Amino acid sequence: MATAAPPSGFLFNRQGWAVFIGVGILLIAVVPLLNLATPEGSAFHLGNYLIPLLGKYLCYAILALALDLIWGYAGILSLGHGAFFALGGYAFGMYLMREIGTRGVYGNPLLPDFMVFLNWQELPWYWYGFNHFWFAAAMALLVPGFFGMLIGWFAFRSRVTGVYLSIITQATTFALMLAFFRNDMGFGGNNGLTDFKSLLGYDLHLPSTRIGLYIATVIALGIAYLICRAIVTSKLGRVLLALRDAEARVRFIGYSTTNAKLFVFTVSAMLAGLAGALYVPQIGIINPSEFSPANSIEIAIWVAVGGRGTLAGAILGAVLVNLGKSWLTGAAPDFWLFFLGGLFILVTMFLPQGVVGIGQKWRFWRARRQSAVAVAAGHD
Amino acid sequence: MTETLVAPPAPTASPAADTHLYLDGVSVSFDGFKAINNLSLVIGKGELRTIIGPNGAGKTTMMDIITGKTRPNTGVVFFDGTIDLTKQDESAIANLGIGRKFQKPTVFENLTVFQNLELALKTARGTWRTLFYKMVGSERDRIEEMLVEIGLKERHDEIAGALSHGQKQWLEIGMLLVQDAQLLLLDEPVAGMTDHETEETADLILSIAGQRTLVVVEHDMEFVRRLGARITVLHEGSVLAEGPLDHVQNDPRVIEVYLGR
Repeated sequence: MATAAPPSGFLFNRQGWAVFIGVGILLIAVVPLLNLATPEGSAFHLGNYLIPLLGKYLCYAILALALDLIWGYAGILSLGHGAFFALGGYAFGMYLMREIGTRGVYGNPLLPDFMVFLNWQELPWYWYGFNHFWFAAAMALLVPGFFGMLIGWFAFRSRVTGVYLSIITQATTFALMLAFFRNDMGFGGNNGLTDFKSLLGYDLHLPSTRIGLYIATVIALGIAYLICRAIVTSKLGRVLLALRDAEARVRFIGYSTTNAKLFVFTVSAMLAGLAGALYVPQIGIINPSEFSPANSIEIAIWVAVGGRGTLAGAILGAVLVNLGKSWLTGAAPDFWLFFLGGLFILVTMFLPQGVVGIGQKWRFWRARRQSAVAVAAGHD
Repeated sequence: MTETLVAPPAPTASPAADTHLYLDGVSVSFDGFKAINNLSLVIGKGELRTIIGPNGAGKTTMMDIITGKTRPNTGVVFFDGTIDLTKQDESAIANLGIGRKFQKPTVFENLTVFQNLELALKTARGTWRTLFYKMVGSERDRIEEMLVEIGLKERHDEIAGALSHGQKQWLEIGMLLVQDAQLLLLDEPVAGMTDHETEETADLILSIAGQRTLVVVEHDMEFVRRLGARITVLHEGSVLAEGPLDHVQNDPRVIEVYLGR
């Protein structure tokens, strides 16, 4: 945990803005261009199936960013962030379900298919309002935010930290998984929510809609990154780093560490919800397995691989590990979990700063080598 | 060695107007062990008080009680006459103007020296206000002044973890000063310092004395002598003796439990 504080008082320096805007242009303009403007069969052509896949990676990147904000900067290791992601996903999935309308198998204008199947006569009260896009979009942020605030309030007020907090968050996501598996919860039980047709009237199966969703995800990732960056470069960001290392001391100089942690935890839960809401229309399904404890642990591995407390590292880690997962689950499906476990052990032992740390290590090594060469030359 | 010097101060019904810190009948026990036993202590505004006592005498626990980390089982603790400290949490107590330096120097190792002082500087402590905080020129000047005062001007951009032990102690004292604490509790401020650093620290503390109330817990008798302040001897969680150094030093009970060994 040797993350140094980012320089005070500004979002980026010039170079930082250049990288941020450069990556943004690459993702927003070049990727769709390679999909739409290149002939099929060309070496530069991106297949249609790749767009939602890239979109999925970027949703995971937002999720990793959310975890890095609390784990890397405030030392709060949540092993239940998959729950906030899934809650956001369900909230948005409810909108997509209601948008199906009479196009469902049973053609019921009000009730989603699974409710007709369960012989329900009317819509449960908590499904009201989800026929409106903006209501569902707001809920996808507010519901995870509210849950995050609730868990955080109880945990931080009682000064639950470290491994105990990890266990509580892990238990929370497990409990939610069991709850969402039940049919009478009214969220489609085992099967979850699926068979979506359209979003705001746009057919979800059209390549253009998929590109639109992908671009929305890139923009969301950019905004999420700027929010996190603004927090960690503020004075509050330095309070977080300080409380990560010496929480009692921060209290003794007069800051409420409870409120500071509650604030970032809530922001983080909302970002996870945002990631879930963007994930569901691109993948086409949300079911209770998204709440599974293993999912939440995987998020921590992405962040550790990329480099904790660096933000950019979290994005990189999420994309790299999931690229590996896509490839390996195709090439050697039985091997994936061993690989993931092994990766985590290796990174923890040899790369505590993650992939981002490699660059720093290399610069350090080169500087040492150069000075060694200079000393040797001086002896001649 | 007169009787009045040996007896603990007689607790009055309510603290007088010039009393900065007032503890009366305070007891706290951990698993049956009485760490603080019917402790009474009165410290006046602007006073410099040294507290000595053998290991386990309850010095650190006393600081924990004053700063809200530990709640007493019985007794009252008042700050500034009327503020009941047993009802407040650590951050509220810090904002009342009570600063604490720990026995083990605890600066924020991953922040720079400047950033350590920035966090301690007296400003609004709310989460929103902290998120949108922007440093103004006068605040920057105050920090720069303090950097000179604690001798860390040249190292202001360095990570505090890279400082020497003595420098960390000084940074921590500097943090208390920019925090604008009116009552400073210093737990072993010269532990691990060289003789030269110890002398400089004594000068620093004496220069603050008078403007602020200082309670110094220390083992180093040379340092205690240099401060030349009124001394309270703690033993087994209560006050054993109180008075100037030579009186305390000649007290047979003090000699028996502490100095003689």
